[in-house]
Amino acid sequence: MIEIKNLKKSFGEKVVLKEVNAVMEPGKCNLIIGSSGSGKTVLMKCIVGLMPPTRGEVIYNGHNYITMTLEEKKAIRKEIGMLFQGSALFDSQTVEQNVIFPLDMFTTDKYSVKKARVKEVLDRVNLNEDAYRKFPAEISGGMQKRVALARAIVLNPKYLFCDEPNSGLDPQTSIVIDKLIKEITQEYNTTTIMNTHDMNSVMEIGDHIVYMHQGEKEWEGTNKEIIYSDNQKLNDFIFASNFLQDAKNMRTIQETGEIPKEVHEDVRDALEEKFNTDMDGDGIIGAPKE
Amino acid sequence: MYWKQFMLQCNDIGVGSLGIISIISVFIGAVSTVQTAYQLVSPIIPKTTIAQIVRDTVILEFAPTLSCIVLAGVVGSKIASELGNMRVSEQIDALEIMGINTKAYLILPKILAGVLTIPLLIILAMVLGIFGGRLAGSMAGIIDPSIFDNGLLMGFNGYNVFFALTKSFAFAFLITSIPCFYGYNVKGGALEIGQSSTRAVVVSCIMLLLADYILSALLL
Repeated sequence: MIEIKNLKKSFGEKVVLKEVNAVMEPGKCNLIIGSSGSGKTVLMKCIVGLMPPTRGEVIYNGHNYITMTLEEKKAIRKEIGMLFQGSALFDSQTVEQNVIFPLDMFTTDKYSVKKARVKEVLDRVNLNEDAYRKFPAEISGGMQKRVALARAIVLNPKYLFCDEPNSGLDPQTSIVIDKLIKEITQEYNTTTIMNTHDMNSVMEIGDHIVYMHQGEKEWEGTNKEIIYSDNQKLNDFIFASNFLQDAKNMRTIQETGEIPKEVHEDVRDALEEKFNTDMDGDGIIGAPKE
Repeated sequence: MYWKQFMLQCNDIGVGSLGIISIISVFIGAVSTVQTAYQLVSPIIPKTTIAQIVRDTVILEFAPTLSCIVLAGVVGSKIASELGNMRVSEQIDALEIMGINTKAYLILPKILAGVLTIPLLIILAMVLGIFGGRLAGSMAGIIDPSIFDNGLLMGFNGYNVFFALTKSFAFAFLITSIPCFYGYNVKGGALEIGQSSTRAVVVSCIMLLLADYILSALLL
């Protein structure tokens, strides 16, 4: 478990994080959401130790990371895997070399053992052997994200950090990456912390969500609770998304018992499937079977 | 110490610069011979003096200083842009997240490889510079090779080589550490990488000339 207590970060006069308190639940997908400039990337960098906070505590399993010695920090970092927004793959190394790199650095296993592990994680992220000898510049953005994810999990990390993993990806690839992150979180029992402003990701994989607004934690809850939130700032944020327009319709249905006229029949059926609810009272969840 | 990185950098800096150092050294020596002969018109000055002057200028100044100025451009810009790109594309952050000391992994091998290989390149530059002078003297009919060889052995002062190598160690440190500083601390994007690379080369050259003057004043 990671606890964040009274975390404050300022750059000169500008306060970017204002006394943030949050708990990242173990074995779950914890999402930090918020609009651009809300402080979510700074918050993540403070949690992983890439940026020292001005004040506050980041507690990994009861130990304050901020006051740890260099050796203790190194030990924690070996338990962290991180997927960067731009993938951050080493340009001069092939896909295989990128993934084997952490094993070379931190294990004394034989090359054959390391290679087997690399194959295992690359298989896990659905990359076949054709890609092994390619350089990052020779593969697509989605593949780069998958390689970066493979590199992040190759040492079986306890904590997996993902900084906007869907940025720059098409919606279909985004769904693939989201599903991979969710599956890996469950399989490896990692505590996953993910920055995103993609509401599809929030609804698909957000077990625990922290909403940031102008450097403050504005709301915290699950993906089931988020569409019923009364927080106006959160609603403003989520209703800007097309997906959450559907959720808004869902709320109207829940509150008034009526389906808004503008909701198309197909969308209504999709909404029923999404939320596993019979909204139109036809006794069928989703589209009627022909 | 990361030996693999160190060996890679030795290859990049040392072997990678062999070609350019060889070419400029031969031509510097050749030009020295031609220009020295052009200025020594008095019949009472023996032709062996040309070889002595070429030898001493190549060893004392041309091989260490000119070679290192060229290396500041070749090696310095490469180091600064490589580290700058790694910084901007979060590759350095990725290494830090893994628990790797990025300064020890990225910077130290570059500086140590430079300090080891650049003096070796300077020794090569001295030899090739003198060889270039001998070749040019012979080809242009300025000085007979046997007279040139006699001149090389006359009044040879071993301290000059020691001085040149001392300079080359100091220059090697400057050529590698200054670009490492500028590259490692880049903030921004592609434009800033280019700017830091240019700044690294300019500052390296100025510091190199300053160090050249200070070392000459102190050691000669």
